[in-house]
Amino acid sequence: MYAYDEIDRTLVNERVSEFRDQVQRRLSGELTEDEFKSLRLMNGVYLQLHAYMLRVAIPYGTLSSPQLRKLAHVARRYDRGYGHFTTRQNIQYNWIKLSELPDALEDLAAVGIHGMQTSGNCIRNITTDQWAGVAPGEIEDPRIWAEILRQYSTLHPEFSFLPRKFKIAITASDHDRAAIKIHDIGLRIRKNEQGETGFEVLVGGGLGRTPFIGKTIKQFVVHRDILSYVEAILRVYNQYGRRDNIYKARIKILVHELGIEKFAQEVEDEWLQMRDGVLALDDAVVEDIRSRFSYPAYQKLSDNPDEMKAASADPRFAMWLGNSVAPHRVTGYSIVTLSLKPVGMPPGDATAEQMDAIADLADKYSSGEIRVGHEQNLALPNVAKRDLPALWRALDKIGVATPNVNLITDIIACPGLDYCSLANARSIPIAQELTKRFADPDLANMIGKLHINISGCINACGHHHVGHIGILGVEKNNEEFYQITIGGRADEQAEMGTLIGPAVPYADVADVVEDIVEAYLALRARPDETFVETVKRLGVTPFKERVYATR
Amino acid sequence: MPLVKGGKIVSDTYAGLADDAELASGGNVLMSAARFLADPAALAVRSGQTGVVWPNNRDIDDLVPHLAEIAVVALVFPSFRDGRAYSQARLLRERHGYRGELRATGQVLRDQFVFMLRAGFDTFDVRKESDAKAFAQVAERYSVFYQPTGDGRATAFRQRLARQAEVTGS
Amino acid sequence: MTSPLQQKIKITGASIVTANRTGDGVVIYRTADKSWSSRIADASVVHNADEARALLSEAVADDVGAIGAYIAPVEVIEGKIEPGNLREHIRSEGLTIELLPVPA
Repeated sequence: MYAYDEIDRTLVNERVSEFRDQVQRRLSGELTEDEFKSLRLMNGVYLQLHAYMLRVAIPYGTLSSPQLRKLAHVARRYDRGYGHFTTRQNIQYNWIKLSELPDALEDLAAVGIHGMQTSGNCIRNITTDQWAGVAPGEIEDPRIWAEILRQYSTLHPEFSFLPRKFKIAITASDHDRAAIKIHDIGLRIRKNEQGETGFEVLVGGGLGRTPFIGKTIKQFVVHRDILSYVEAILRVYNQYGRRDNIYKARIKILVHELGIEKFAQEVEDEWLQMRDGVLALDDAVVEDIRSRFSYPAYQKLSDNPDEMKAASADPRFAMWLGNSVAPHRVTGYSIVTLSLKPVGMPPGDATAEQMDAIADLADKYSSGEIRVGHEQNLALPNVAKRDLPALWRALDKIGVATPNVNLITDIIACPGLDYCSLANARSIPIAQELTKRFADPDLANMIGKLHINISGCINACGHHHVGHIGILGVEKNNEEFYQITIGGRADEQAEMGTLIGPAVPYADVADVVEDIVEAYLALRARPDETFVETVKRLGVTPFKERVYATR
Repeated sequence: MPLVKGGKIVSDTYAGLADDAELASGGNVLMSAARFLADPAALAVRSGQTGVVWPNNRDIDDLVPHLAEIAVVALVFPSFRDGRAYSQARLLRERHGYRGELRATGQVLRDQFVFMLRAGFDTFDVRKESDAKAFAQVAERYSVFYQPTGDGRATAFRQRLARQAEVTGS
Repeated sequence: MTSPLQQKIKITGASIVTANRTGDGVVIYRTADKSWSSRIADASVVHNADEARALLSEAVADDVGAIGAYIAPVEVIEGKIEPGNLREHIRSEGLTIELLPVPA
C-alpha cells in the first residue's frame, strides 16, 4: 500500500474546496454549464441519462480496507446503495446529486481518494496490473512507477487541456493484465543488460471509432528518464494533436498520420533538450516513493496446508479454487479474485454491503488490501492458503465467489443505454441474458477461457474490439442492433477482433453467441485449444458460416 | 476586459495595433505575429514598447530570435479548452529564458489561473470582472505542486526530501 | 460546441423538450407554462419545427435551472404522452435491468 502523507492529503483537500466553490458558482448561475462542464469533468462528474455520475479513481487498482469502506459509505449515503467498477480501475456512482457532490468528495478525501482527472482532456488515472507486487515472476512492483506518474500527472499545469483524454498503463509481467497496448502510452518495465530498471514505451494504442494497437516508440528508457520522456510525448501531442475534430484528436491519430518514425523523431528532438533537466529522477526521490509502499510481513507457510486438503473434498470449493485462486510470489500465499459477475446481474456492480464485507475480509485475510482489475473484478492479493476455505465460505455468502473468472460469463460490459448518455444500445441486459444461458459452471468450464466484451456504442468502454467475442451495440432505425467480432484480445498479444457479418437484432445476440460457441466446440483441435487460438488457426469464416447459415 | 498583473487589476498601457494601421514611434503597442515578422527591424527605431500576440498554432521558434526586443508576448487561448499556449509559455520561460511580460489572452477564466501561473504567465487578460477580482484569492488556492516548472515553487518531491533532511539533521 | 439553437431543427412528429435538473440531475420536461416538470405527462407537445425551436430556446435560456436541453420525439396515444424511442423510454421509466439486491 502507498501511504499518503500530509502533502498528498493537502492537495486533495484543496481540490475539494476548489470544487465546492465551483459547484456553488454553478448553482448560483455565476458559471454557465458550458464553463462548468470541463471543471466538473476534471473532477469525474458526468451527466448521464438519469442523473449525474461520479467517477472515482482507484490509482493502480489498489485500495485499503478503510478506502473500500468509504466507497461503500458514499454508495449508501449519496447514491442508491451500489457502485460500478469500470474497465479502468475506477468506480462509478450513478445517481449522485450535484449539490451533494462536494460533501461526497470531502468524505472520500478523508481516506485520500478523489475523482480528479477521471474525465476531461487530461492525463487520466494511471492503471496497472491488479496483481502488481504479488505476481510471481514480476520484474518489480509497477505501482512505484504508477505512483510517480500519478503525482507527476496530477493537476499538471501544461497538460490539463490536451486535445483529448490521455490514458497511461504500466505492466511489469510477461503476461499483460493491464492492457497496455490499447493505451495512449503503454509502459512495460524491463531491465537492461546492466540490470537497470527501465521501460519499453508504447504509444498510440486505443479503441473507440478508430482502434489501434500501440506501437513501440522506444525499446528502453532508463527509469531516471521516464518522466522527461513522457513529458516529451505529451508536449508533442499537446502542440500538434488535432483539435478540429473530436474523433481525430487522440494521440493515436497523430501517430498514425505522422507515422511512428516521424512521431518518434519529434519526441526524440524534444526529449534531448530536456532529459537532463528538472524531471530527471534521482534515486532519492524514487526511494522516497518506494519507502511509502508497505508490504505485509509474510510468514513461512505451507503450500499445501491441512485446511486445504480437508476442504478440497467439497466440489464447489475445488471448482472455485481451480478457477479464482492464482499463485502468489510467496510460498504459502495466494491471490484470490472476487467475481463481480454473478449470474443475471450487471457486470462490475457491488453493493455497499458487499464492499463493507469485502473490506472486513481483507482485514482478516489479506493484510487489509483489495485490488481492482480492468476485467471489473476485485482481488485479495495476500491470502494465506490455509485461510482459503474460510475465505471462500465468506465470499460465497456475499455472492462474490462465482467460479467464472476468465470464463464465458466473466463478461466485461459498459453501462450502456440503461445509464449512459452516449450509448446507442443497451449492454447490461445482453450480459445478463448471456450469463443465464451459460450459467452451468460445468458447461462454462468445458468451454474454457473466453472473454466476452460488450460496448453500447463505438466509444468502446466495454473494450469490445479486444474481446475474444466482442459485441458492439448500434442503432438502426430506432432499434438496437449488435455487431459481433471474434478473435480480439487485450493482453501481450493484443489484437482487434474481426467482424463476422451484418449486425443482429437485440433478441438474437445470445443465440448468435451460442452458435459461435457451438462452432468452437466442434472445431477446436483439442480441449485445451482456447477459443482465440481456434479463431487464429481457422479464421472467422467457419464461425460466420455457422452464424449466418440460418439467418 | 480587466487586466491582472502582479496579482492586481491594472490599466493596460498597451494599445492593440491593427495590421494595416500606421506604426507610431511612441506609445506601447501590441501587434500581430504576422505584422511583427514582416518587419522586425521596424522596432529598432521605436521609443515605445512593443508586444506581440503570438498564435497558439505557430511554432515559437520563429519568435525566439527576437525575444530581446519584445516587451510583451501575448499567448492566446481561443477557448479555455485549447491548452497549446501552456506549452508555448513554458518553453519561452524555461527553455528560452524569456523574462519579459507573458500575457494570457482569449478565454481566460479564474479556474485556469493556477495552471497559467505555473506555466509562467504573469499577466492575465481576464474575461470576467468577478474572476479578475478573485485573482489573489484563487492564486493562493493550492499549496502543493507535484511537477517542477519554471515558476520556482517547491515540488512535493522536494518538500518531502527537505523535511527528511530536517528530521535527519536535528 | 454548437449551441443547440444553431443546429438545424427537424422534427418528424410530436415532440417535447427535455433536460436534466441542474441541482440533482433528475430528468425534466419543459411545460407549457414556461417551467419544468419531472413527469413526461406535463410536457408541452409541439408539432412543427418553429414551435420546437421556440420551446427549445426558452428551455436553453434557463441555464441555471436545467442542463443539456434537447428536443425528443414522443407519441401521443389517446391523449397520453409516451416516449418516442428507447432512450427516452429509459429516461422516463428507469432502468430495464435487474440490480443486485440493496437493503431498503
